[in-house]
Amino acid sequence: MTTTAADVSAGLAPAPSTKSRSGPGKWQPWLFLFPFLIPFVLFYVAPIAYAFYQSLFKIERTGGIFGKPSQVFAGLSQYASVFSDQDFRASILRVLVFGIVQIPVMLLISLGLALLLDSTLVYFKRFLRISFFVPYGVPGVIAAIMWGFIYSPNLSPIVALLNKLNISIDFLGTHVVLWSIANVVTWTYAGYNMLIIYSALLSIPQEIFEAARLDGASNWDIARRIKIPSVAPALVLTGVFSIIGTLQLFTEAKVFTNISTAITSSYTPNLVVLAKAQNNYNQSAALSVTLAVGTFILSFLFLKLTNRRAGA
Amino acid sequence: MLINVDGAITKPESAEPGRGPRENPVVVGISMVFMVAALFYFLLPVYILVVAATKAQPELATTSGLVPSSSFFINFGNLIARDDGVYLRWLLNSVIYAVGGAVLGTLLASLAGYALAKYKFRGRESMFNIILGGVLMPATALALPLFLIFTKVGLVNTYWAVLLPSIVSPFGVYLARIFASTAVPDELIEAGRLDGAGEFRIFFTIGTRLMAPALVTIFLFQFVAIWNNFFLPLIMLGDQDLYPVTLGLFAWQGTTKNVPELQTLVLTGSVVAVVPLVAMFLLLQRFWQSGLSAGAVK
Repeated sequence: MTTTAADVSAGLAPAPSTKSRSGPGKWQPWLFLFPFLIPFVLFYVAPIAYAFYQSLFKIERTGGIFGKPSQVFAGLSQYASVFSDQDFRASILRVLVFGIVQIPVMLLISLGLALLLDSTLVYFKRFLRISFFVPYGVPGVIAAIMWGFIYSPNLSPIVALLNKLNISIDFLGTHVVLWSIANVVTWTYAGYNMLIIYSALLSIPQEIFEAARLDGASNWDIARRIKIPSVAPALVLTGVFSIIGTLQLFTEAKVFTNISTAITSSYTPNLVVLAKAQNNYNQSAALSVTLAVGTFILSFLFLKLTNRRAGA
Repeated sequence: MLINVDGAITKPESAEPGRGPRENPVVVGISMVFMVAALFYFLLPVYILVVAATKAQPELATTSGLVPSSSFFINFGNLIARDDGVYLRWLLNSVIYAVGGAVLGTLLASLAGYALAKYKFRGRESMFNIILGGVLMPATALALPLFLIFTKVGLVNTYWAVLLPSIVSPFGVYLARIFASTAVPDELIEAGRLDGAGEFRIFFTIGTRLMAPALVTIFLFQFVAIWNNFFLPLIMLGDQDLYPVTLGLFAWQGTTKNVPELQTLVLTGSVVAVVPLVAMFLLLQRFWQSGLSAGAVK
């Protein structure tokens, strides 16, 4: 690699002919970094720190319920009530069930489409690839409004079609609506994930395929033995982003509260956080911190787990 | 069409990938059925939405949802007339948030990513890891505590409340670092130094030029993230004059039970808000590919 050689000569061993002034000063990289780091600290690090700080307090009223409210230190007691909060626990369980089904289904679709686009089996590849990616350009709110219309019992052409076939599904009913939301999320991100996986497929050196074909490998062999293992890092990446998105599920559910009575104000963890914020900031802050840390741990565990499997 | 499979195997040079099928027609047929089904799945909902936007309110329930009607321009007129043109204001706000946040954000991210790629300094890797941690930190988890802080400093319910947090893109830094390390040769930076150029001048004259495609990619990712953002404006904004279009449509949708004629406006407004974005998407397709492959391979 020529760049590494240049790195060494430029960074570690300055040529004697160059003046010391011509190289970057010790502080130089920080001048480049500070414009980013200042807002990063203010709008990323500080909120988490502040939420954690807030979560250590509670509101106490001196002199009965009509007394003056004041903030008093409460230690970790807010966190104790996080885990005994029925609504919060139920919402976490709900998104976990959602994710266990939705993420594998979506990633299988994405992987399948990517493999087909990378194979010699289909026509119109470019057109198909672009079409599959279009939903990612539709904002979550609008995707939810659109699907809400398609799910609506009396306006939807799809429901009308199903009725003609004597199939009646209430897409917005209590037991189905979670999967109706899962469909909206799958629709939005399947093409995006497909493009990530497809990009990884493109970076596999072509000689490998030629060698495999000379050895008599079929398309299926090549897909299973070469392509899928090669795109494992891309699958892990899409998996992590999907896990984060699932735990943070909010927009689709919030929009659906307008059209489905099955969705309560505590349907997903973020809805619980928002509802709590109306009357109890400290408790809501504790919920936020728990959710953020939980998301972090789950993505981290997923990375570790998949890395170990890939290494073995 | 007779395609001999043997030919493909005995003449590997003819089996160029990406040139269309040379395979068993049955397998090709099954694959194409899958692809067409997927095409319907991804595009039919958008078609149904567009059709709905061409209908007058009573037609929504009485006519087929798959056949367009003729009321689109009437709907569009009603849409932009409603509440003294608040819809256009929302669109404009979305543009302000998304362009403002993405331009500034791309600048900050490219400066930081360039520094992380092109300078060797103590704390570089730990700095990079902290910023990467920001990628894993969901923006929704930050919105509520940010609201509490912004309440204290009086920024809630202003343009700044949405704009300021939007300029931070850890993912942009990540992309910028990858792109800078491959696109900007150290020799050129060194040559600039020998010519007596300052570090910032080198970045702005040499660095940004070589990283230009990457900067478009970073801009696009951030633009879409801000345009699609919902949680942050929902929490921060009370004044409907400040709403981005997503929040405005949501607010209208919430009142369709009491104001049924809003239904057509929500549907028409959704179509109008999506069109420019999808157009931009299709035009700038190749930039997405490069960003996604950088994310996927490393």
